[in-house]
Amino acid sequence: MSNLFPITVTVNGVVYQKEVEPRLLLSDFLRHTLGLTGTHVGCEHGVCGVCTVLFDGRPVRSCIMFAVQANGHKITTVEGLSKDMEHLHPLQEAFSEKHALQCGFCTPGFLMTLIAFLHENPHPTEEQIREAISGNICRCTGYQNIIEAVKLAAIKMNASRENVANELSFP
Amino acid sequence: MTTSYIGESVKRLEDARLLTGQALFVDDVHLPKMLEVAFLRSSYAHARIRKIDVSEALKKTGVVAVYTAQNLGDYWQAGPLLVSPPPIKRLTFHKKTQVILAKDKVRYVGEPIAAVVAENRYIAEDALNDIIVDFEPLPAVVDLEKALLPDAALIHEDLPSNLAAHVIQEKGNYFAIKDQADLIIKRDFSYDHGAAVAMENRAIVADWDSKGQQMTVWDTTQAPIPIMNGLAGMLGLSENQVRVIAPFLGGAFGPKIMMFYSEEMLIPWISKQLGRPIKWIEDRQENFLATTHERGQTHHAEMALTKEGKILGIHDVFLHDTGAYDPYGLTVPINSQCTLLGPYDVKNYYSEFSVIFTNKMIVTPYRGAGRPQGVFVMERLLDLAAKELHLTPSEIRSRNFILPEQFPYKNEIIYQDFAPLVYDSGNYAPAMEKALELIDYKKFVEEEQPKLRAEGKNIGIGVVSYVEGTGIGPYEGAKVTVGASGKVSVATGVGTQGQSHFTTFAQIVADVLKVNIHDVTLVTGDTFKMNWGCGTFASRGMVVAGNACYAAAMAVREKILKLASEILESSIENLELGDSKVCVKGMPEKKITLGELAVKANPLRGAVKPGTIPGLEAAAYFGPSTGATSNGVHAAIVEVNPKTLRVDILKYIVVHDCGKVINPMVVEGQIHGGVAQGIGNAYYEQLVYDKKGQLLTASLMDYLLPTSYDVPRKIITGHIETPSPLNPLGVKGTGEAGTIPAASLFVQAVENALDNPKLEIREVPMSPNRLFELLKES
Repeated sequence: MSNLFPITVTVNGVVYQKEVEPRLLLSDFLRHTLGLTGTHVGCEHGVCGVCTVLFDGRPVRSCIMFAVQANGHKITTVEGLSKDMEHLHPLQEAFSEKHALQCGFCTPGFLMTLIAFLHENPHPTEEQIREAISGNICRCTGYQNIIEAVKLAAIKMNASRENVANELSFP
Repeated sequence: MTTSYIGESVKRLEDARLLTGQALFVDDVHLPKMLEVAFLRSSYAHARIRKIDVSEALKKTGVVAVYTAQNLGDYWQAGPLLVSPPPIKRLTFHKKTQVILAKDKVRYVGEPIAAVVAENRYIAEDALNDIIVDFEPLPAVVDLEKALLPDAALIHEDLPSNLAAHVIQEKGNYFAIKDQADLIIKRDFSYDHGAAVAMENRAIVADWDSKGQQMTVWDTTQAPIPIMNGLAGMLGLSENQVRVIAPFLGGAFGPKIMMFYSEEMLIPWISKQLGRPIKWIEDRQENFLATTHERGQTHHAEMALTKEGKILGIHDVFLHDTGAYDPYGLTVPINSQCTLLGPYDVKNYYSEFSVIFTNKMIVTPYRGAGRPQGVFVMERLLDLAAKELHLTPSEIRSRNFILPEQFPYKNEIIYQDFAPLVYDSGNYAPAMEKALELIDYKKFVEEEQPKLRAEGKNIGIGVVSYVEGTGIGPYEGAKVTVGASGKVSVATGVGTQGQSHFTTFAQIVADVLKVNIHDVTLVTGDTFKMNWGCGTFASRGMVVAGNACYAAAMAVREKILKLASEILESSIENLELGDSKVCVKGMPEKKITLGELAVKANPLRGAVKPGTIPGLEAAAYFGPSTGATSNGVHAAIVEVNPKTLRVDILKYIVVHDCGKVINPMVVEGQIHGGVAQGIGNAYYEQLVYDKKGQLLTASLMDYLLPTSYDVPRKIITGHIETPSPLNPLGVKGTGEAGTIPAASLFVQAVENALDNPKLEIREVPMSPNRLFELLKES
């Protein structure tokens, strides 16, 4: 059982060197090995999108990846989105202003999906937003306010594009 | 600058924590020396257990213990009956509650049989494969209509049949008026099972501290205080030795208040046995198999009407599926029975139901809690009658609405809160008018629909109405404290699962104490901060706990003014409260801050007057005499793709009356989410059991939740405010209003879109394939 593999993973800019079992899920590695519990787990079969993190800047479902697959890669989690609760990312601000979260459990997954989406598509149409979030399930909001929040976030992020580019590194 | 917060769309105070990943959920609790549990669950719906062999599992490295019913000793027990049957004369009820671990027999797929405790979850799950259970399969009882046949297998062998309960309630005399009817509509209806599927699965962490003789349990429960009380009893501890914390919960929608789940009884006990913290996290498959769900009724109903479309009476006989056990009593079927009557003046009603044990997971309330089934029957009967009588859906409804002068309106039958069903207040016609106006009914039907139909489009409109009995008792409490910093803390016993309690309760307290809302912090769901209360359910948080917050804040306000009048040597009437201070009217310099008053209210030396209760603190409780009845009208325009039968909801209107609205943004959010769940319930989500009682839809690949593509393009809400006379804030509940009528509306609009006179949808959930079958039959 104790065939441990050494891995080096950069999470939110911090380099972690750990020894892990090959079967350890990336989601469990982030949550329980590193203590970054902002990434949540909803289904463990890659459907709900709750566990979405950025893997070298691209959204992936951390519940259907192994930690060893992240060896040598850069991960961004919700904890990496803003400095602290007083300095929210424009996307986080927009979610709050448009009441795009209720229980908030799925929210980190939406945020990570949308960070990458808005980076690729800074001026999205409503249809594009609908498609972008169609792989993330929210059971509380009915999505309407999430769509409104993305529209607002796009405006905010376009207004402060420089700051955002500095905060998050994309490949 | 102090403003008024009640009635404003105040941004949520809890958002920053949730948006940055800092909010604590149960699975985030990680304690030193913690062990993890995995459950071996029944793969059979109905079987005898001949033998369980755990010896191989115990040999596995990293496994610490394995528990079965046998080695629980005296702790093995059946859970409590959560809700006793209400005092209804013609009622029989057979109590059968779930056990901690199955002994001798399993009664549903997913029933826990053994618990493996190991160094981590991976090892615990490995060890499950090493447990050998010798089952003797028994015939499964799945079909409601066949469960009472003489040859049906008995789920509880000490009972004469699979009948769990039987209830008859009557108002007026249906049989006497039936002969006077111009029209009788008689049909069968069914409403199959659906699941709540909160995004967070259930989770429990228990930590027995033997040095402090203290049990701490983090639990994804909607009712932390009853869990504390129940655990204290089961574990032989005093209530002061048990602290239950329901931190942030990732949605709940009803099933997280099924006390006690087997796991809730077992995990704390294991922690006490082993002296180590124990964690169990439900996975998604377990959530489908072993978290309670709802719906599951078949109705045989008839409605007697005059030719003008006035309802003379209703006769309804239905079967309700309770699953393998009935720990939640009769709440769900009684809600169906009572809510069927809706906002209509029905003088004669005969309602009879039988509750049936089946080999499925236990049925307990899920958002709507029996009400959607009742509303479905009523609204479908009205739709059918309207067609016969050539009335529009809105005409037949409006002709039957209870009139404003008829309130309080007595329905005579007993409701889930044990009290006679009385609607406290309401004004139903304006809600209908507003909904028709917002959806532009006349223009759509007269101009747009004919044009679109000519273009070959299947486009239809629907309109339904409903009531929701909300805000039932018995009571909730709140404790409000002003600290030396001038900050205000509020503790309530209800748990929070996304309802925005941190904001809406703070709005109430901030208004009463005239402080900035950012100076008010909320504690919910921690029994060490508030140990009296019932829980979050039945759309009652704002009505019951909200009014308790109001009462406690008023009591603190009184203390503030009394103390300030002594210190400032001025009469109370001459004082002004605001901006976290008290000053003498017209003399702003003669003032004292709330923080300074809090220090004065808690002196360290000297003497206080006899009877003084220290601190600027007060606890208060609120218990309404009966529930407050909300109501509303939903309307929608849908387009059905004739090839795929995909339904696009182009417009969705909700006109809702939940009394005084504390935070419109939050109420609208509740409505949006409720509608989405109702749409899922209508067309996408279905728990499908095969003949052997195997759940065929136990993953999110098979059980389809609505995505951003499936919900209405836009929901437009219109509020009507008819304050409830039953509480000082005038509020009514709103949590379930979005869900209750959504399926009824959906099928009416789809029928209208397809414009096929022979198509009659009398079942939900529908699905594209089921709709295809119905269309072929018609």
